[in-house]
Amino acid sequence: MKTVQVNIVTPDGPVYDSEVAMVIAKTVSGEIGVLAGHIPMVAPLTIGAVTLKKEDGSQEIVAVSGGFIEVRPDQISILAPSAEVAANIDLARAKEAMARAEQRLQMKQDDIDFQRAELALKRAINRISVHEGNM
Amino acid sequence: MANLRDIKNRIGSTKKTSAMTKAMQMVSASKKNRAEQNAKAYVPYMEKVQDVVAAIASGTSDATHPMLVSRPVKKTAYLVIGSDRGLAGAYNSSILRQLTRTLNERHKSKDEYVILAIGRVARDYFVKRGYNVIESIIGLPDQPSFSDVKQIARKAVGMFADGTYDELYMYYNHFVSVISQEVTEKKVLPITDLAPASEGVHASYEFEPSGDAILEVLLPQYAESLIYGALLDGKASEHAARMTAMKTATDNAKELISALSLEYNRARQAAITQEITEIVGGAAALE
Repeated sequence: MKTVQVNIVTPDGPVYDSEVAMVIAKTVSGEIGVLAGHIPMVAPLTIGAVTLKKEDGSQEIVAVSGGFIEVRPDQISILAPSAEVAANIDLARAKEAMARAEQRLQMKQDDIDFQRAELALKRAINRISVHEGNM
Repeated sequence: MANLRDIKNRIGSTKKTSAMTKAMQMVSASKKNRAEQNAKAYVPYMEKVQDVVAAIASGTSDATHPMLVSRPVKKTAYLVIGSDRGLAGAYNSSILRQLTRTLNERHKSKDEYVILAIGRVARDYFVKRGYNVIESIIGLPDQPSFSDVKQIARKAVGMFADGTYDELYMYYNHFVSVISQEVTEKKVLPITDLAPASEGVHASYEFEPSGDAILEVLLPQYAESLIYGALLDGKASEHAARMTAMKTATDNAKELISALSLEYNRARQAAITQEITEIVGGAAALE
């Protein structure tokens, strides 16, 4: 099976760089699976998991918080404000962030705070589910 | 000649100061290394974002996104990146001096521009002089993460989008080397010079859902990342400037100590000589 180079880059540095057989990502218009040799494409991502299927059948999951995916025939780049490989996720911190976000949602102050808390909650839930999906 | 105890006190206090500056120099050196690493780790992200934005903007021929269009300029915003603390040599003063000069050259009245300040020194400087500082952020950590900066970056981009100002410039110290930092002006908005950072960029992307929708998401991210990049650069410069300033201070203290020691020894010797002369004189008078 043909493989494609994938790198996931965040402002704090590269997170992932490897050859994979298939990338599954959640874009704003739905989930997509990309194989090697895909035509050039760009799509924004939602907060969610990116699944990287290796040639030998194993897979890795990376939690990303938005950003976008850029596909070229020989290379796939994912640019996200933050991204974590499942094994590196700090579960305690994610749970803490979730509790904090939930608390803030209940206070309901003004719109902006509300939106931010909601996003934070989504990110935390995403990190937790990615971490657990790995185990 | 100053008296012995005075000189000794001065030597003591200078030694203490130099111990402090030496420690600060070492702290800044390690912070500078970290900041430099951060700035380096950020480069691949920035280049990628730039590539994609350039490819999309050139691919969609009718790029009419508000962030790409130059409007008639009624108000200009300047984002100045300074530091929270002083003791960094000319780091803040050179940037403030240059910006003030530019403001005086370009604008006739203070109504034509607004200032966004990062760092306590920069904020205080402009507030004190009655400039219109509409936004400021202080207390950024030494190794700022993207989320620390997101808020001010988002606000800066948002205020451009809703027409609070029509242009946004950034002023920061670009890190050239440990001994040299350059005050740099960069136009952030509207986004005009979009050159791909690397060769071989595909212009024929397929967009999901559409080019416009992607620009909608991408351009604010691009502008935010420009600001974040400048901030990382500025932080590296800040630590380098502080390190150099503290090194100079330590060197000066050393010089001062050696000059004072010489003076101290001379004074002591003079006192001894005088005592001997007095004793000899006294003995001679008795005979």
